[in-house]
Amino acid sequence: MVVIFYIAAALAILAALSVVAQHRPVYSALSLIVVLCSLAVVYLFLGAEFIAVIQVIVYAGAIMVLFVFVIMVLNADREVVSQRSRMAHWLGAPLVVALLAEILFAIWNQFPAAGTSPAAPVPAGPAAIGHLLFRNYVLPFEVTSILILVAILGAVVLAKKEF
Amino acid sequence: MLFVIGAAGFVFRKNIISVFMCIELMLNSVNLAFIGFSRYLGNLNGQLFAFFVIVVAAAEAAVGLAIIVAVFRNRDSLNIEDLDSMKL
Repeated sequence: MVVIFYIAAALAILAALSVVAQHRPVYSALSLIVVLCSLAVVYLFLGAEFIAVIQVIVYAGAIMVLFVFVIMVLNADREVVSQRSRMAHWLGAPLVVALLAEILFAIWNQFPAAGTSPAAPVPAGPAAIGHLLFRNYVLPFEVTSILILVAILGAVVLAKKEF
Repeated sequence: MLFVIGAAGFVFRKNIISVFMCIELMLNSVNLAFIGFSRYLGNLNGQLFAFFVIVVAAAEAAVGLAIIVAVFRNRDSLNIEDLDSMKL
């Protein structure tokens, strides 16, 4: 049962590498959908069922569909090879590895005992999240609703053909 | 790890839509960190914040894609090396 967690985590990393390495944006979008769904499985194992379902519905179901629409409309094709400096390419890969090592080092030093077990799992159904959301986090909730409204208006204004 | 992969893709990709997808990848990695720590600390605040991150990412994706569409209409190219009108 726990092996599914590891499979989902490894699939997430593989699909993320595929997002970055694919030449066509459509394949990158499909790989990103695989990343989102495997992360949803990981969230289920971490006891966050609500967030897992929200992620599949909102992120993979709406945002990625929007992405694929835009890719189809703009007819994005293969990427061209860069005309710029090759040195940036050769210097970049070791720096990425250095960044990864640095982040892992910082996290590893934060939690020295590798065998610490997590606290007791909190009941995380929608009721519990709703309790928190509408008591402690009412202000961010209302602000994000205004944010969504502004985003809708902005997207319509930016993408209109003529006024 | 996901964050570093997304950051590497963000720096190296030429297509502007791919760059945007790497931004979404980084946001997802941050979400994973939030939910992991929420489980580790036995707290529900991490999940709630991850929920807000998803909402903000949705709004930002919509506006960003609208900007990309507008840019494409003016320049007819999806290559970020062609978007250099602010360069010296």
